[in-house]
Amino acid sequence: MAMNQHAVLRVVTKLLMPCILLFALYVQFHGEFGPGGGFQAGVIFGVGFVLYALIFGVGAARRVAPPGVLRGVLAGGVLLFTGVGIAGVLRGGSFLNYSVLSKDPLLGQEMGILLIEFGVGTTVAAAVITLFLIFAGQEQKE
Amino acid sequence: MTLLGFLVATALFVVQARNLFVSVILMGLFSLLVAGLFMVLDAVDVAFTEAAVGAGISTVLFLGTIALVAPKERPVAPRSRRQLLPFLVVGATFALLIFGTLDMPLYGDPNAPIHVYVAPRYLEQSATEIGIPNVVTSVLASYRGYDTLGEITVIFTAALGVMMLIGRGRKFPRRRRETDEA
Repeated sequence: MAMNQHAVLRVVTKLLMPCILLFALYVQFHGEFGPGGGFQAGVIFGVGFVLYALIFGVGAARRVAPPGVLRGVLAGGVLLFTGVGIAGVLRGGSFLNYSVLSKDPLLGQEMGILLIEFGVGTTVAAAVITLFLIFAGQEQKE
Repeated sequence: MTLLGFLVATALFVVQARNLFVSVILMGLFSLLVAGLFMVLDAVDVAFTEAAVGAGISTVLFLGTIALVAPKERPVAPRSRRQLLPFLVVGATFALLIFGTLDMPLYGDPNAPIHVYVAPRYLEQSATEIGIPNVVTSVLASYRGYDTLGEITVIFTAALGVMMLIGRGRKFPRRRRETDEA
């Protein structure tokens, strides 16, 4: 790819990357107060990596996010979500009832929502990165 | 209304365009317009998702796919009688869908089923039951937790499917041999 020859693109990408990732985290953990949540945050986080892969090449992106780690994160999000649900069952509630997670039901709800939103975010981000790296990796092979 | 007009115009251009690259960019524009429409309807969360996924990720994935296949659409076969059947099917479906909307309550009708079923309860009880300001999040994550769990399972499965179909992980030696031979 000739993309990594352009100094302007490289510098701008390096400046943008932290902002994109920080904004993703803001959307992730501010989802209860403003618009957004795990899903949108995951997509934005993934887009940061997509931009990186576009400018610095798929190989460099693979070194930052190895397929093995991505697979782990992809499954980890779903497991975290399900785990929160099962934790509710173990504490005497029904599946995905967060009120029983803490003595104060409101606190339990907030904890549960925060955790499952994090699970959603990680799975979505890993899915976006995986999909892009696979598609872009095919191109390089040919 | 202006947005809706732009939407229709963009959709027509997408169908018209023979160059797939043009189509993909126009699809991105279409998504952005839909996101704007959601903003006008005060659905901020949905607009956010539409702008990020529809206009962002989908466009990038489409472009990645175009890089793998030819950028131009194959010329359509000349007009024949066989094209009458698809036209009839599409026309009948269109008529059925329009017929289906006749029964729907008017837009913004406060007595519509969607406004009198569980929505008022969510809006009134959310603050005391869940305790977070964004009702959309409390509905998505808590009241409708099962749906969200299903949603991310779908995403997980989709990524898994792509990985197994065209991924080249070390876990799939058979596929690797195939690509090496080719």
